[in-house]
Amino acid sequence: MTDTALHRDPEEAAALRKHILSRIVIYGLLAIFASVYLLPLFVVIFNSFRDLPEIAQNGLIAFPRSFSFKSWFDAWGTYCINGACEGMAKNFWNSVYMVIPATIISTLLGALNGYILSKWRFKGSELLFTCMLFGVFMPGQIALMPWAYILGTTGLNKTMWGLVLVHVVQGISFTTLFCRNFYVNIPDDLIKAARIDGAGFWRIFYKIILPISPPILIVTVIWQFTGIWNEFLYGVVLTTGKNQPITAALVALSSNGTNVRNYDVMSAGVLIGALPPLLVYFFGGKYFVRGLTQGAIK
Amino acid sequence: MASIEHTSLPPENFGDKLRSWLPILLLVPSLIASFVYIFVFTGWTFYLSLSDSSQLPTYGFVGLENYHSLWSNRRWNIAYSNLFFFSAFYVVGSMAVGLLLAILIDQKVRAESGWRTIFLYPLAVSFVVTGTVWSWLYSPTAGIEFLVKGLGWDSFKFALTTDRKYAIFAIITTGIWQSSGFAMALFLAGLRSIDPDLVKAAQIDGAGPFRTYRRVLLPLIAPIFVAVAVVMLQFAIKTFDLVVALTGGGPGISTTFPANYVYDLMFQRGQIAEGSAAAMMMLLALSVVLVPYALYVVWRNRREQRND
Amino acid sequence: MAELLIRDVRKSFGSVEVLKGIDLDVQSGEFIALVGPSGCGKSTLLAIIAGLEKATSGTISIGNRVVNNVAPKDRDIAMVFQSYALYPTMTVRENMLFGMEARHVPKPEREAALKRVSALLQIDQLMNRKPGQLSGGQRQRVAMGRALVRDPALFLFDEPLSNLDAKLRVEMRTEIKKLHQRVGKTTVYVTHDQVEAMTLSSRIAVLNKGVLQQFGEPQTIYDKPANMFVAGFMGSPAMNFLPAILGSGTVEIDGAGVPLPLARTVSAKPGKRVVLGVRPEHLTLAGTSSDRATLTAPAELVEPTGSETHVVFRLGARELVARFVPSQAPRAGETMRLAVDMEKACLFDADTEAAIS
Repeated sequence: MTDTALHRDPEEAAALRKHILSRIVIYGLLAIFASVYLLPLFVVIFNSFRDLPEIAQNGLIAFPRSFSFKSWFDAWGTYCINGACEGMAKNFWNSVYMVIPATIISTLLGALNGYILSKWRFKGSELLFTCMLFGVFMPGQIALMPWAYILGTTGLNKTMWGLVLVHVVQGISFTTLFCRNFYVNIPDDLIKAARIDGAGFWRIFYKIILPISPPILIVTVIWQFTGIWNEFLYGVVLTTGKNQPITAALVALSSNGTNVRNYDVMSAGVLIGALPPLLVYFFGGKYFVRGLTQGAIK
Repeated sequence: MASIEHTSLPPENFGDKLRSWLPILLLVPSLIASFVYIFVFTGWTFYLSLSDSSQLPTYGFVGLENYHSLWSNRRWNIAYSNLFFFSAFYVVGSMAVGLLLAILIDQKVRAESGWRTIFLYPLAVSFVVTGTVWSWLYSPTAGIEFLVKGLGWDSFKFALTTDRKYAIFAIITTGIWQSSGFAMALFLAGLRSIDPDLVKAAQIDGAGPFRTYRRVLLPLIAPIFVAVAVVMLQFAIKTFDLVVALTGGGPGISTTFPANYVYDLMFQRGQIAEGSAAAMMMLLALSVVLVPYALYVVWRNRREQRND
Repeated sequence: MAELLIRDVRKSFGSVEVLKGIDLDVQSGEFIALVGPSGCGKSTLLAIIAGLEKATSGTISIGNRVVNNVAPKDRDIAMVFQSYALYPTMTVRENMLFGMEARHVPKPEREAALKRVSALLQIDQLMNRKPGQLSGGQRQRVAMGRALVRDPALFLFDEPLSNLDAKLRVEMRTEIKKLHQRVGKTTVYVTHDQVEAMTLSSRIAVLNKGVLQQFGEPQTIYDKPANMFVAGFMGSPAMNFLPAILGSGTVEIDGAGVPLPLARTVSAKPGKRVVLGVRPEHLTLAGTSSDRATLTAPAELVEPTGSETHVVFRLGARELVARFVPSQAPRAGETMRLAVDMEKACLFDADTEAAIS
């Protein structure tokens, strides 16, 4: 007996119906949630291209009925923030000049430290590592006054290097944690074989450790980049005016206009501030997630 | 435990001796930096909290006076009761939404990475950006309320941020929006790491999907629940950016949080000492969450080792 | 207890056909083994029987009903997994009760079943432990207990002994056989180990690349394999395969010169290329006997296993393995005359690899 009567089998039909129904529920729920998640993103993107009067008339969440690039130019170069009317361009570059050195330095140090702590252990190294971990969880508020004092007296708060220093020092705990947890999984036998072959500390690092590090380095770089770019507290406290990073500029931007809210320019401004990490996320998605799952399961 | 003892080959000359100390020497700058950052700064702020600083740090000792004044301050009391309230809803809400999304995606849906990308992207976005955009959505004249009223539902109210009593819910909702993707990613990874034979065995045993999740799968990822809860509590305690961008602490001071108050005391009211005291209280709250968790992890690892 | 009928079952994953029309009849109470190398489709077939996968075509019947569209829980089956799949967060007791709770079996019945099975398998004292606290053998028994407690019509085993060390494997094998003698349920046992298949089952189904090669009693499969694959798969050390050409009433092995007389008439014509299969135990020392079915070859390698000694001979370009009682085994380098038991030898068609009758 073969299954020629497939579609007329009542048992199979019932099972199929139940399956279709559950699929509808699942995809339906997912779609509802997805629209809630995507709403702010679409609102911001659309509104950055709309005219302000049209926004005022039709509301923020409406199908765009106007189109212009004007807001983008304004946000970038001419909008008035805290008195200066030069847009967010300088703040954007401030963030760039701050994030890139801070990310690179903190990641390299993290890799080196992770390598040392996992492969060159010595008495007390585990304890030292645990102490370094406190830095990951410390609230930023504790370090505010000390940093303000240090940066103030050394004059570093007049440049981006002050913030670079802050983020590197604070980032070391995190990057070391990540890299060390990754390197711990490299078999010690590999290192032993290399030492028997005569390799020393640096050669092992360059020839064995670094070549297999790209996965963790990418994860670390992505997380550092995103975290430092999006950071606000130190940005707003330790720098002023034209030296501020883009997050601080954004807050100043949106608290500007009183009753007339310039949603068009502000949307463009938001996107300028949010795009770099978002792009990193879209292109480096799976590394992002890998960092999540590795880091939280400490 | 295999490790490279740097003293396994006894150093023969000064060059060798230097080389065997190299790892430690390289570690020292980071260690010093971390040590200073963690312990010295904490000590410094702690001392400031016991000092008579006002606009600038000064170091006259006044004992616990700042703490007294802090705890009798109405705004501080509002701040930390907001924190409790927010934490409860934020952590539970994010985990609930995250778990639901993880279970939905676990049902062999198509375009899975697409769904994951959508739910996770808020993590790449700064709390400042999120707060700003959501503050517009909450606006009664241009945001969600405007839209729904335009569709005909005249009495719809959603202007949370302008309402003293309900503004905190705006912060909670937006916080959940931002962080539930994180919970989802971790729960999904946990569910995926479960031996598939267990699901097959439950199928043969006759358990339906609810029973399978409730009694087999979710108990297996219990450690992940704890880890996620701890991480989210930690985020909650540090809440600052979101509040600044979403409500500015208002209306009035109804949505002020401890971190906001610290900033306020230190940089706007010239009360550094009291601000430092508030910062120490935040550290205390974090320790209350993290120390038991750390001990729990250590205890659990020891128990697992004993069972091997 | 029920019979299992598998009719023309095919399974494809996308464009890959994993099962190519399997027909099997398992009688009620019978213990059959599904053997084959990895990738042959045996685990897929088991999953289809269990209802964890759907057949692309063909029918599965348990008892008297076709169960193609019946969910696993309603097929009245129980399964023991290779990894045991014991629920780690539950105690042994909860593990065994889980299925019955899911099926809403009344409490007194549950407890009775639990008692009966735990006594049978002697796991009473393990009731309150969690799987993580049990040894490999104990976990095995609990997994079987979980299956037994269902009192199913059909028992399915998916390589349950693969995770155990060699000694434990032999012990548990015996326990499974004893259990089947006591409880007598229809059983399908999947394994890649042909020794397990031979010792445990009443009939063996040999699979390769999704096709059923042979289905019969162990000794039949061993003595009269249907093709070269079955012949080479069953038996260790493996059967010797010698390419040859049929003569009239004889077979001439490539590179061995003298033709060997055939023990019976065969259906193939002289001149046909064949493969002569001789099992290692069917090669003996010819000594000075006038037996015409002999081969002469030098011994190259001697492998003592304690109870017997395997010797590898070189015949032309090929190797020949023979089994000897240790005291009679030749030494490496010695050239010996070996008698071939032509009654037991098998002939295979060189092109189709099928046995020639």
